[in-house]
Amino acid sequence: MLRIGVFVCWCGSNIAGTVDVEAVSEALKSEPGVVFSTNYQYMCSQAGQNMIIDAVKEHKLDGIVVCSCSPRMHEATFRKTAAAAGLNPYMVEIANIREQCSWVHKDMATGTEKAIILGKAAVAKVALNAPLTPGESNVTKRALVIGGGIAGIQTALDIAEAGFPVDIVETKPTIGGKMAQLDKTFPTLDCAACILTPKMVDVAQNDKIRIFSYSEVQDVSGFVGNFEVKIKKKARYVNEDICTGCGACVEKCPMKKNPNEFNLGMDNRPAIYIPFAQAVPKVATIDPNACNMLKNGKCGLCEKICTAGAIDYKQKDEIIEEKYGAIVAATGFNPISMDKFDEFAYNQSKDVITSLEFERLTNAAGPTAGKLLRPSDLEHPHTIVFVQCVGSRCENCAEKGKEYCSKICCMYTAKHAMLTRDKYPDTEVYVFYIDVRTPGKSFDEFYRRAVEEYGVKYVKGMVGKVSPEGKKLKVTASDMLNNKQLHIDADLVVLAAAIEPDKSARSIATMLTASMDTNDFFTEAHPKLRPVESPTAGVFLSGACQGPKDIPETVSQASAAAAKVIGLLSKDKLTGNPCVASSDEIMCNGCSSCANVCPYGAITYETKEFRMPDRSTKMRRVAKVNPAVCQGCGACTVACPSGAMDLRGFTTSQIIAEVDAICR
Amino acid sequence: MQKITRETLIEKASGLISNGTVTSVLGWKRGEFDYDITPAIFETVEEITKDFVWNDFCGANFSKYLISKTSKSEGKILVFLKPCDTYSFNQLLTEHRFDREKVYAVGIPCEGMADITKIKATVNDGIVKIDADGENLLVTTLYDDDAKVIKTSDVLAERCVNCKSKKHVAFDELLGETGEVIDSDRFDEVAKIEAMTPDERFAFWQNELSKCIRCNACRDVCPACTCEKCVFDNPQSPVENKAPTNEFEEKMFHIIRAFHVAGRCTDCGECSRVCPQNIPLHLLNRKFIKDINELYGDYQAGAEEGSRAPLVDYTLDDIEPSDAVNRRDTDA
Repeated sequence: MLRIGVFVCWCGSNIAGTVDVEAVSEALKSEPGVVFSTNYQYMCSQAGQNMIIDAVKEHKLDGIVVCSCSPRMHEATFRKTAAAAGLNPYMVEIANIREQCSWVHKDMATGTEKAIILGKAAVAKVALNAPLTPGESNVTKRALVIGGGIAGIQTALDIAEAGFPVDIVETKPTIGGKMAQLDKTFPTLDCAACILTPKMVDVAQNDKIRIFSYSEVQDVSGFVGNFEVKIKKKARYVNEDICTGCGACVEKCPMKKNPNEFNLGMDNRPAIYIPFAQAVPKVATIDPNACNMLKNGKCGLCEKICTAGAIDYKQKDEIIEEKYGAIVAATGFNPISMDKFDEFAYNQSKDVITSLEFERLTNAAGPTAGKLLRPSDLEHPHTIVFVQCVGSRCENCAEKGKEYCSKICCMYTAKHAMLTRDKYPDTEVYVFYIDVRTPGKSFDEFYRRAVEEYGVKYVKGMVGKVSPEGKKLKVTASDMLNNKQLHIDADLVVLAAAIEPDKSARSIATMLTASMDTNDFFTEAHPKLRPVESPTAGVFLSGACQGPKDIPETVSQASAAAAKVIGLLSKDKLTGNPCVASSDEIMCNGCSSCANVCPYGAITYETKEFRMPDRSTKMRRVAKVNPAVCQGCGACTVACPSGAMDLRGFTTSQIIAEVDAICR
Repeated sequence: MQKITRETLIEKASGLISNGTVTSVLGWKRGEFDYDITPAIFETVEEITKDFVWNDFCGANFSKYLISKTSKSEGKILVFLKPCDTYSFNQLLTEHRFDREKVYAVGIPCEGMADITKIKATVNDGIVKIDADGENLLVTTLYDDDAKVIKTSDVLAERCVNCKSKKHVAFDELLGETGEVIDSDRFDEVAKIEAMTPDERFAFWQNELSKCIRCNACRDVCPACTCEKCVFDNPQSPVENKAPTNEFEEKMFHIIRAFHVAGRCTDCGECSRVCPQNIPLHLLNRKFIKDINELYGDYQAGAEEGSRAPLVDYTLDDIEPSDAVNRRDTDA
């Protein structure tokens, strides 16, 4: 039998205000195994902790129950206290009588009654606790960044700066991401390329950074400090090491009519292409769906033209296997599809475009060489209507839009409107909005300039319908402040489409066993206090894959994620969590139920010889848990039909003892 | 009346023993009475010719026996599998419970098995003899001069009336023909219980389960209950002392057992067949199967070797359990 000490915390008046702490410590005194019970104003304070240490020594305690706040708050604190008192830190149990009791009860009597019950459960559990010792594992000092947009670039540069090797995996033929497609950036209006491309060059030149472009992460196994990753380097049919990026092949390629992804399909590119002039790596890629040589074995022009001899039609996908200590998800975002928004006639008129398409139309490297021209007839538009929140903040249209605010649209729309008025003062510009949201340094000033200096017409209200009529777009909208309906004959309508996480994020999250919210944004370990870590150890989040973000915010988070990675990679050893599952081989049936439910792939099987009671031997298949991979979620323990699988620190017996104590 | 004859099976078994394909045969043999047919191991042609039985009372599902038989013997064992037995066979393979290499499975067609309880309800006590005669059974008792003629189809076991499949889903060789999966009415009885008020339902199960004498026959026969050590036999297990604490014990035992086999039960109906108290235990398991089908899409345990049961599987499309229940309730 243990000698258990109970320590009831007042948490000032947080607990003592609704729970009679004296009554709780008194009631728990008579629980089986309890030899000492007391209460104190702040158990977590130095004085409170000393009180525990002294009691352990004086009463020869070997189990401790602290009735206080959530274990997430101070379990680690009290484990250290126990260790300081010479106890195994896992001989401590926390009864949460604050978040789960005093804060939710108003009445002293019921609050006290519940606190006593919670205390009894903790006493019952600690009586079955066993001392646990965490294991150690090594750290591979290399990081993987999935995604080569501005988030991935910044994270990789910062990690490399600290001296650790980093690999970037990017699905597109070049790094740069969405930012490379932008024209100017708010609120200072520097050109995106001017500030991004030097960083891309830094990445290319950094000898600590390897870029796997046109590549995908195919498989991730292992655990924090020891991830094993398979990267599929897709065949680009061009030898990257030899190609000089001269572009001769691109010019001569006869298969010229393929939608240019980089310009969002607003112009065409050849079958062999370099996405844009500043691409990194600056090498050509052959689109196998467009190349006549690859499809029909006829042509071969690029091979003849290439003086470097870089063309290789026989190139195959290549699988690269590498070990990493940390992985950063920087998978970014995309504008949502406009297919379901029939009211804006996006699919009916070429002159209804998304804001990202507008960026390309105003970009000097875009399809119109930076001249703002209508896509339909390449004429200068004189009336432009910007529609904000298309698919964002959709409370009742979840089937086509998103419930959340996409956060960046107010600012880029103000930017678009301002730049249009600046360059083409003869153009009338309307912006329809629900609210204008401009929190951010110099953001509101920027928006006010658009209205006050540049005369952009902001109208509170939503556009109800856009109908193409001849060369015009008839825009019907409501002006909510003046309570009237507006009819505008527009030349161009720009939709601020909501943004959503890149489609690849979900499969990446599954491979990383990182959790996602209902919108497929990666979930952070704590929304306020651990915003760049995923709940899965060793997986970090950078940029818009975690939630909508503008560039300044993305870069800050990217650097923060890098700091976390550097912190992890600078360690030589990692201490594991001893509260992991283990299987009792004698009872294990080898049925695989546990392995099927394990979200971390921590369970494997081996066939072992067992000696039977009748002295015969028997070969049996039994489960084995890798304690370094196991995160202690307990899914296996409930799936196991024979009860062979148990979770240390949360054994089935302990949990039933708690339930029994509560029901007693 | 079974379409395939005892002689065909004997010939097959004897042949495979003689040519050395198998070293033993898992078959049926007569027990105390004509209707009391039990599983048996045959190792010689003589034993087979003398004792092998195949008639309307060969209900026993052999799959589970393969676990102990294959772990001990070195040679191959021949097993005869009725369509419903093949589902348990697959399910056990999925759970890696026996060595497939050591088994030679012969699928045999089944026309449904007779339920002795139903026969006993129609004749006098003291059955001394039951003979098959075409579509009928001739039942002789101590107290009747003439054998009573009963139509076999009138006394089929419930699981055979609501047969879920005549299709063999696993075999090395087939005798006769295999059939199709049947869209049976097996969930009708469950739906009736679901329609009861909670009080009625409680009373129903209280009445049924209070008959339980905890003989453990249901567990021992169940092909899904194959744990090396059952939680109810393990004093270390925290549920072991939950079942026998008070008059609620039988409910806890059966409910815990139903949970343990949830998603793995193939609905073979052996639990109800062997229950000496005639508790309709299969209804508990069918309720789980019905729920799983309704919540996660149709799933038949054992239909496919290696298939992953919805309850122990995770897919990207999985919905939250609460959403699953809401979806079902709105559909209903």
